Amino acid sequence: MTEVPLGIEHGGYSQRSTLCTKSPVDDLERSYRVNHRMGNGIRRGVTLLAVAGLLVAACTSGTSTTPSAASATGVPAASGSPAASSGQIGGKVTVIGTWGGSEQDSFLAMVKPFEDQTGIKVEYTGTRDLNAVLTTGVASGILPDLAGLPGPGQMAEYARSGALKPLNDVLDLSQYKADTAPALVDLGTVDGKITGVFIKAAVKGLIWYNPGVYTAGAPTSWDDLRAKAKAAAAAVAGGKTKPWCVGLESGAASGWPGTDWIEDFVLRQAGPDIYDKWVAGKQKWTSPEIKAAFQAFGQVVSPDDVYGGPKTVVTTNFGDGGNPLFTTPPGCIFHHQASFITDFFKKQGGAKDGQFDFFPFPDINPQYAGAVEGAGDLFGMFNDTPQARALMKYLVTAEAQSIWVGRGGALSANTKVTNYPDAISKRSAAILANAKIFRFDASDLMPQAMNDAFWKAILDYTVDPTKLDSILTNLDTIQASAYGG
Amino acid sequence: MDPRLGTALVVVVGVPLALIGYILGVEQLLRALPGRLQPRVRPWLWLLPALAFLVVFLIYPTLYTLVLSFEDKFARHFVGLANYQYFFSTGDTIGALRNNIVWLVLLTVLAVGGGLLVAVLVDRVRYESVAKSIIFLPLAISFVGAAVIWQFMFAYRPPGTFQTGTLNGLLGSVGVAPVPWLIDAPLNTVALIVVAAWIWTGFCMVILSAALKGISAELLEAARVDGATELQVFRRITLPLLMPTIAVVATTMVITSLKAFDIVYVMTNGAFDTEVIANRMYKELFSFGQPGRASAIAIVLLALIVPVMLLNVRRFRDQEAIR
Repeated sequence: MTEVPLGIEHGGYSQRSTLCTKSPVDDLERSYRVNHRMGNGIRRGVTLLAVAGLLVAACTSGTSTTPSAASATGVPAASGSPAASSGQIGGKVTVIGTWGGSEQDSFLAMVKPFEDQTGIKVEYTGTRDLNAVLTTGVASGILPDLAGLPGPGQMAEYARSGALKPLNDVLDLSQYKADTAPALVDLGTVDGKITGVFIKAAVKGLIWYNPGVYTAGAPTSWDDLRAKAKAAAAAVAGGKTKPWCVGLESGAASGWPGTDWIEDFVLRQAGPDIYDKWVAGKQKWTSPEIKAAFQAFGQVVSPDDVYGGPKTVVTTNFGDGGNPLFTTPPGCIFHHQASFITDFFKKQGGAKDGQFDFFPFPDINPQYAGAVEGAGDLFGMFNDTPQARALMKYLVTAEAQSIWVGRGGALSANTKVTNYPDAISKRSAAILANAKIFRFDASDLMPQAMNDAFWKAILDYTVDPTKLDSILTNLDTIQASAYGG
Repeated sequence: MDPRLGTALVVVVGVPLALIGYILGVEQLLRALPGRLQPRVRPWLWLLPALAFLVVFLIYPTLYTLVLSFEDKFARHFVGLANYQYFFSTGDTIGALRNNIVWLVLLTVLAVGGGLLVAVLVDRVRYESVAKSIIFLPLAISFVGAAVIWQFMFAYRPPGTFQTGTLNGLLGSVGVAPVPWLIDAPLNTVALIVVAAWIWTGFCMVILSAALKGISAELLEAARVDGATELQVFRRITLPLLMPTIAVVATTMVITSLKAFDIVYVMTNGAFDTEVIANRMYKELFSFGQPGRASAIAIVLLALIVPVMLLNVRRFRDQEAIR
């Protein structure tokens, strides 16, 4: 345990967990609860001595009972699947994530077999404002056992403050590393310790279309794409069809779908090195590379090119953004969104299988051909309980991830999962697996203040493109203070 | 049994018992003192628990916020006025401050003016209580609920498509193009203020209506007998007599508009130049992890509210003096 404890209680918990891992589960659980409650009560003025005393008490109570209970060790065995553990652990585990609607249903379906096997109840809460919930949680110490994390940047902050527990002794490391794409393993690692795991992944920057409307095939370049989009839009009778559909509204996170656009342009126009510098706060927003990306996005959301005009763009929810692809006559030819959007097409857009297809975002600068941007849902553990450990172990398995994948709308972070329900998700999974240049969603990697300003900048720029210079200058000011201490 | 029941019992029975016990104890203690000192010491001892609460829950947090506002984001180092400099030099926060001033003026005028208008107009009609109930009803709705309701009112769809928003649906039925209420600045800030006015007008109306009933009928009668028109009666008699009440209600609205948060957070989250300082403070603290800057904003907010409070207190004292 070389983590840096912010408060004594964190160090105390993790020490206890390593000291007592061999104690019988029932007692471990009970001693944890006692310890935990005490921990809350004494949070503020506790002395190290008192914590040490508790540790001793917790461990002695654990070892003094009959060892028969030890066989029912609730943490699933090496394979990680709940089926492998014979015992019922019982109790509950609290989980907070951003998923609602059909995504929430899929998550609950994913944990259902786990609940049945272990008797652990998964109490899931969805929130629109994950960041605020976790920031207050970290400050007050009242946190869910497991939680979705806004991105690798926030994860590292929580991990270094000691709030997030390292997972090295929770997961079966060699199995996890063998099963997971190395880029995703690295993104979940802080100071050499695995701190976050990916529940599911997505390929960003896919261009979706309705094969019943657009039949010209995958374009070879960005200019080709624009030409083909204009031609296809003009070919539709009625003259109201536009090349693009864009939806930017997403509650407190409104604007994020536009950040994906900018990221795609930066990655393909300026290349991965500029992209990395930009993520790290070392590339000015006013630099020509970033400005060019904004301008390219500006062409897409210009009144002539986008369904409904800019004001519709900023008031349309990202989940509904692609719906005009499927109306008669179609509102637009293309929709740019990550692989998860298929689920929204079907459940909110009324589209059927076969009515939508995609091609990857075309290369722009041939030097950076084959670049792919991806993202994923990071998960971390805030409270080290046997139930939380068991669920964490379960969630990274192929067995668990194949459930969500099978329901549609998700790619697995686990390479062993192959049960993609249709050709489309199979193809997007292949793109993720075969990327020549892979980069994680830049805005998710930036500090939250930067990310938030980026979202706002997208909205402001979409509504009034003439303000680009002042918007970028403002982003530079925020960049100067958002990074570092 | 739910373990919380035990806690509830302790709180409901235990806290009053402890307070009564404290007062009895104080009386016991006072008996030991010479009789001359007793009346001097008693009020302070009786006040002590309340003062202790005030210090712990009001004065200490305020002072701590003040200290935090001079420290960096980890509350480790003294950074002088850097957080205040940030507040007064960043476009976003200045925009928030400007919007709050718009809120202050417009919400106060709309809510107090509307409340006064309704109170006067329904004063002598048969269906007064029904009308007042309807106007008062929104106050019972939570701000978040009201914001969600009004999001449906303001919803915008592309021109030429079916309008799902109530207001744009109405406009469409008379052939007017839909308006993006929550996008176009400064219309969007006005739209948000209208939501707040919808909630608060009822509050202003009830207070003003009560004050209106307190004006003696003889006074108004005398004026009418002397030949004053209704407008003159209102301007020369009713309004001056309502003035103290209007001042109190207006103060409340000023403070409400400076604290505006829920509606903005739910409806736009500060996008498209609708930011207000309270929402900015929330973001700095909970999203950006900048307790120093958030505290600086809190102090600025406090500094803006204090003069309004002082003015109110002085007015109150003056009135007491007249009596």
